[in-house]
Amino acid sequence: MTPPPMTGRQVTLNVNGRDHEVWIVPSDTLLDVLHDELGMADVRYGCGEGVCGTCTVLLDGEPVNGCLTLAVQAEGGQVTTMRGLMGPGEALHPLQECFLRRGAAQCGFCTPGMVLTALDAVQRLGRPTREEIRYALVGNLCRCTGYTKILDAIEEYADQ
Amino acid sequence: MRLLAAAGDDAKILAGGQSLMPMLNLRLARPDLLIDINRADQRAPSLDGNHLRLPALTRHRVAAEHDLVRQHCPLLADAIRYVGNVRVRNRGTIGGSLAHADPTSEIGCCALAAGALVVARGPDGDRTIPASDLFAGYWSTTLAEAEIITDVLIPVARPRQGWSFHEMVRRTSDFAIVAVAVILNLAERDGVIAAATVALAGVADRVVLADPQPPDGDPDEIAARIAETLDPPDDVHASGAYRRRLARVLTARALREASARAAL
Repeated sequence: MTPPPMTGRQVTLNVNGRDHEVWIVPSDTLLDVLHDELGMADVRYGCGEGVCGTCTVLLDGEPVNGCLTLAVQAEGGQVTTMRGLMGPGEALHPLQECFLRRGAAQCGFCTPGMVLTALDAVQRLGRPTREEIRYALVGNLCRCTGYTKILDAIEEYADQ
Repeated sequence: MRLLAAAGDDAKILAGGQSLMPMLNLRLARPDLLIDINRADQRAPSLDGNHLRLPALTRHRVAAEHDLVRQHCPLLADAIRYVGNVRVRNRGTIGGSLAHADPTSEIGCCALAAGALVVARGPDGDRTIPASDLFAGYWSTTLAEAEIITDVLIPVARPRQGWSFHEMVRRTSDFAIVAVAVILNLAERDGVIAAATVALAGVADRVVLADPQPPDGDPDEIAARIAETLDPPDDVHASGAYRRRLARVLTARALREASARAAL
């Protein structure tokens, strides 16, 4: 059977509370569309295998891999990137404040994925133990910080 | 189903996508057609007589947190903590994992130990495949080209039944070097192991059921007997000899833990 042609089509993606109309082909990943089409620099290509966590976004409130989700699969859902956590006038989310205060970001490449994953963990577990935070973050790699300050920041946020 | 029958081997079913999508991204798979089934079935886990019914699209996270699964197949709920990371568990599905047939799969290992039945739908209707007949080798199953898994049926836990899951990985969320799932029953009279089902991952080209027969003897003896029957392959992650040793040690631990749970 010859493959059907990959025709583009217009879909509406709700990202950070706003509808975006984008022309996409079915093979576009959510990461492709958010980063390349919509210019969202806080969703990043790292490994393409779902291991590194830099493309993490929330789909209907749950962390998913942007690189392993097709953009068409997010149609009708609500996508949240780290920027979507910020308040009016780009006010930092309290968790971002903790990251800043604790020096939990160095190069910053992993930070959006870390923040979204950590937020999910704190929302589900309340006050996770340090071991529970480590477990929640196994799929988010950081090559700068050694993780200690990231854990400190998340614990400070969870204590608030 | 029509699309799959027409495209045959050129098509791939896309469920949670946590194994297939990396293969596409790495160009390890290049199917002509992807059939996304994510919106095809919205059923939740349910109890069906003596079986726990998991629709194939049950996400790992849902299975791990669902009261029916925790009550009737605690083995599976526990083993899922070893599956991938939080994002993989949010999207990945039970049926997709079984169909992918990774030889280190926690889900496949539990399906074997629990004596699960896999319901597959094809052009000629549904058929039920024991999990022990599902796996055919590295990433391959006995499913026909146009067949798709719709349900997984797991016998509910019986009284005096114990379970245990152990896994060795270098880093949490890695593929298992060796994993073992155990379900056993203690004898009413003297509390020794009367029957045990032991499944292992990472010791062959597929997840395997080990034959602990006769199941008597202490956990160390049973585990040693099982390890002798294995001939795990060498690969970059571990040598075959190390895997066999792990199989013995982890199986003994799992048998002990399962016995303790059964005695509660």
